[in-house]
Amino acid sequence: MAKKVAFLQGNEAAAHGALYAGCRFFAGYPITPSTEVAEVMSAELPKVGGKFIQMEDEIGAMAALIGASLTGVKVLTSTSGPGLSLKQENIGYACITEVPSVIVNVMRGGPSTGMPTGPSQSDVMCAKWGTHGDHPAICLVPASVQEIFEETVRAFNLAEKYRTPVMIMPDEIVAHMRERIVFPEPGELEVVDRTAPSVPPEKYKPYDTSFGDVPPLAAFGSGYKFHVTGLNKMQDGFPTTKAEIVQAEEERQVRKVEANKADIMKWEEYLCDDAEVIVVAYGSTSRSARFAVNEARKNGIKAGLFRLITFWPFPEERLLELSKKVKGFITPEMNLGMCTGVVKGCIEGNAPVLGIFRVDGEPINPGQILDKMKEVK
Amino acid sequence: MAGRYEIRFSGAGGQGLILAGVIMAEAASIFQGIQAVQSQSYGPEARGGASKSEVVISDDPIDYPKATVVDALLALTQEACDKYSHDLKEGGVLLIDSDLVKTKPKGNFNVVAFPIINTAKNDVGREIVANIVALGAMVALTGVVTKENAEKAVLARVPEAFVELNKKAFQLGYEKAMAAKG
Repeated sequence: MAKKVAFLQGNEAAAHGALYAGCRFFAGYPITPSTEVAEVMSAELPKVGGKFIQMEDEIGAMAALIGASLTGVKVLTSTSGPGLSLKQENIGYACITEVPSVIVNVMRGGPSTGMPTGPSQSDVMCAKWGTHGDHPAICLVPASVQEIFEETVRAFNLAEKYRTPVMIMPDEIVAHMRERIVFPEPGELEVVDRTAPSVPPEKYKPYDTSFGDVPPLAAFGSGYKFHVTGLNKMQDGFPTTKAEIVQAEEERQVRKVEANKADIMKWEEYLCDDAEVIVVAYGSTSRSARFAVNEARKNGIKAGLFRLITFWPFPEERLLELSKKVKGFITPEMNLGMCTGVVKGCIEGNAPVLGIFRVDGEPINPGQILDKMKEVK
Repeated sequence: MAGRYEIRFSGAGGQGLILAGVIMAEAASIFQGIQAVQSQSYGPEARGGASKSEVVISDDPIDYPKATVVDALLALTQEACDKYSHDLKEGGVLLIDSDLVKTKPKGNFNVVAFPIINTAKNDVGREIVANIVALGAMVALTGVVTKENAEKAVLARVPEAFVELNKKAFQLGYEKAMAAKG
């Protein structure tokens, strides 16, 4: 039988990806340009026995997510910049309590209300440092409608596997763009569920590291009881200020992502093997970059594209390797240099990094990238 | 089709131009089996303000989703025509509402004008289908999708009760554009 195809918007694909991954709870507060995610979830969740709640505000939505996830359900919210700022306290809470949760944040102009209908890529640092304290960060930056679907499924897998919040950050262009999508059959994409405890309730500890860096998570309502707090905690979930425990726990929480970077990170190298100039790009900007790279190759310029699919963790080691054989990097982005700074930070000065920054609500077009290539000597 | 064909539907927010672009793209992508990407740009207003919807159609995968050099432009208001005609290519199709766009942009374009909104209001009977009249006209003028595939795409989007209304709007737009083209 032929696979189901549709002509979908990026936001709609995120919702369908979530449903494919087994998401059965959504809490959110409508905000442009992400509202279509909530719209589709509100229509589809009741059909599969799920729950949709329009909350009173953004932080309330994040609180609802944490509560629902602790009952063993896969959970989603969607928002945009101002909403992401408002959610931060509870995103930190999900980090320290290690509660799987998925956040779609469609990037629009900022800070504050900014440009609600204009595209941007200026939330990528907020994905890592928006909430205070040391904590793991996973952030995915898809570039097509099909990839939004697939990366949303992967976001759920990573959230469940590593017991942590995961962010998917399409820019407004990718989120509102419509393209043909081929729906994967059930079973075609991997779907991961969190590890349930193998011990009886009386022996269960929610942060029992004898099971590894990612302890099994029991579902409330299944007979297991445990303490949940935003304070630094011991293995049984109760607060502690004992220096050696706090240090070890903080390190473990960051390590569970850092030590598994190879499993989490994803990028695409296009014509990078012999490239003298490599464009490092993500989201819709990577589509302009691919166009520019193809044009450059026609004109004899050895250009390549390094397309980030995960922004966090960042593929520092691979870029360092590539930096030893290129004449320069070009980093186009719809912000004032967020990725550019990260690239500069990991290539040890081996090559110049030339940024192209736009924050005027207009996309970076292929011509701008082609012009910049001429500056690489 | 060699390379990209870029179409821009523009006018005021609330005129259904995003939907017109979506249907054009669906005609190409779902019914004609070629590649299409639809994108949009609009202001914060629910109605009014200049609004545009762009469709890139190609036989090959489409990287840059926005228009680069526009092959065909629809402008339903003077504001949209002034704002969005700057990157219409020489010899490109410019479809305008003859009642609303009085000042044509300077340049060598293939201009086609007829009263699009008035056609919807008086000939079809509902102003709300002006976007479908315009779509019928753009299908006739661009030729990138067949009339049959475009009509299928329109009907796939329309509730049962409004099928005849939209069929009529599409057909009249198609015919009037053919006649105006001369």
